[in-house]
Amino acid sequence: MSIGSFSFDVTASGQFPYIIAAILVAFGLYALLFKRNLIKMVIGITLIETGVNLFLVMVGYRSGGAAPIYTYANPGQGMVLPTPQALTLTSIVIGLATTALLLSFAIFVHRHYGTLDVRKIKELRG
Amino acid sequence: MNTLAMHAPVLLVAVPLLGAFAVPLIGKLGRGVRDIFIGLIVAATAALAGLLAAHYFGGAGVPQLYVLGGANGFAIPLPSGLSVPIRILFEVDGMSAFMGLITALVTLTGAYFSFCYWRERSGGNMYYSLLLLLTAGIFGMELTGDMFNFFVFLEITSIAACGLIGFRVWLKKSQEAGFKVMALYTLSGLFVLLAIALLYGQHGALNMAFIASQIGTFGVSIVDKIALGLLLTGLAMKAGAVPMHMWAPDAYGEAPAPTSAILVANSQASLYGLFRVLFTIFGVGASIATNAWILIVLAVLTIFVGVTMALVQNDLKRLIAFGAVSQIGYMLLGVGVGLVRRASILAGGGSLVDSANALDYGFVAMQGGIFHMLNDAACVGLLFLASGAVIRASGTRDLNKMGGLAHHMKWTTIFFVIGAVALAGVPPFNGFASKLLIYQSAFKVSPFLSIIAILSSIMLLAVFVKAFQGAFMGSKTGLPEAGEARPGMLIPMAVLALVVIVFGLFPGFFIDTIVTPAAKALWLGRDAYIGAVLGGG
Repeated sequence: MSIGSFSFDVTASGQFPYIIAAILVAFGLYALLFKRNLIKMVIGITLIETGVNLFLVMVGYRSGGAAPIYTYANPGQGMVLPTPQALTLTSIVIGLATTALLLSFAIFVHRHYGTLDVRKIKELRG
Repeated sequence: MNTLAMHAPVLLVAVPLLGAFAVPLIGKLGRGVRDIFIGLIVAATAALAGLLAAHYFGGAGVPQLYVLGGANGFAIPLPSGLSVPIRILFEVDGMSAFMGLITALVTLTGAYFSFCYWRERSGGNMYYSLLLLLTAGIFGMELTGDMFNFFVFLEITSIAACGLIGFRVWLKKSQEAGFKVMALYTLSGLFVLLAIALLYGQHGALNMAFIASQIGTFGVSIVDKIALGLLLTGLAMKAGAVPMHMWAPDAYGEAPAPTSAILVANSQASLYGLFRVLFTIFGVGASIATNAWILIVLAVLTIFVGVTMALVQNDLKRLIAFGAVSQIGYMLLGVGVGLVRRASILAGGGSLVDSANALDYGFVAMQGGIFHMLNDAACVGLLFLASGAVIRASGTRDLNKMGGLAHHMKWTTIFFVIGAVALAGVPPFNGFASKLLIYQSAFKVSPFLSIIAILSSIMLLAVFVKAFQGAFMGSKTGLPEAGEARPGMLIPMAVLALVVIVFGLFPGFFIDTIVTPAAKALWLGRDAYIGAVLGGG
């Protein structure tokens, strides 16, 4: 299958990165929902984030396409639209900020409650 | 159109954003200078929002476009002849302008209330920095016409909101709340991002109008449906709809009182995103009727669970927080009923313009739901500010430990009562005006919906009677700090109380001037929204 000068790889090996992205998101959701340790929950969130970022990069991938820099592309070679790459970079930066904030909350929770176990951190129930 | 009105959409984001980063520097000059600076920034932001709204509601009536990086040539033509808009743009239609007004009202009163409320010696710079950052993010969510920008602004509000909830690190509960809220906000943000990636993969663009026109041309594909499901989940989670509401009472309850109201405005901005997705991007044919029913189920659950949970609270702020959660349900109910009716009109080949002019019950439900957003912001804002004054005076949030405050704080008591009665939907206050529209139109879909809505309003009144009795009634207390709130705190409350009363006494005027254009922008403004970007209309 191809659109313009680009082709889409629909073989099993071409789908591999999508499968990895799905597995990463599934693992992350599992960790977030079933793990009782705050740090492990943060790891779960970063796993989901990595899965989504991988998916974003894959959406923008065109086999045979060149990076959109004029001096790098051969004459006549198609260039890819750099939007998904830009999105992924933004998303990684945002992910860094959220992870840092989550971990600092975890540090202060540990300082106040003396534990990271969510079953023991329950002043805000009901 | 004058230059200021033309650039208002981008200035609404830029002014508070630059203000947020300037606050730590200005703060070095002393507290007074900093407060004046923030007062100016917030007032300028509110004036810009007012200008934007005046421009739309006062005549233009067509979506206003602001393209970053030059107005000309914002689309790239493809070899196939199709042109794809790639520039980042802001697009302001009636709904965006309406939401801008709500945010302006809440941030203005919240910030001015904070000047007297914030007595701690340190932390003020951080507090105002985060407050302005949150304001910038909320305005960005409401004005942007680009899916990915929407995600970026969503994350800005998430980070700023959680900063506000948890930056008082010496408070034990705020840290627990901060972690919980941040985890759920991040999860909802990632759902939205995944949906955006799917939409990009399907349509090759991030522009909302372009995606909407693609869906209008090619129909809703499987990928689009998955993206819609993810957007619905993510945005409903961030708006605090039951069963994803667990973070909301923690967030509203643990944030400093003046910012709790801004967090409610943040939830409403997520609701706005949800409506934009359902009406503008996916608003074709009858294919989305199922989603409308999901919205109605979420609404009924939210109304009922929110009120029931509020009944059992003994913490004043947490009680109001659950009340605020239940109000999100009324907005969802109004717009959900509208969406069901809109789908059936489209399926039957009816005209949306005629139904809006004939005040079809679906359109009335939309008016009610949208009007209730503004009313809820005013009432809940008033209640949170009053609770802030009460907590400052009594030094506790536990209803069992306070009492007799009516002897010391006459004005605060009056404002609290106005807010509580209005939120419970008692005439002649504004909550009644919007809730009546929702009751009578939801009745047409199913009497059951109206019964739940009315019953929950009555229960909400019981909740506030309990809160009022606990905090204000009883004999004089020996609380050392008990005394009337300072004028700097009373004036913002008075402004909100005035809004509550004026909107309650003259609902017809406000429905005609601002609510109907906003409802029409969603109900029938899809083509105009797309046409403003892609031309043709």
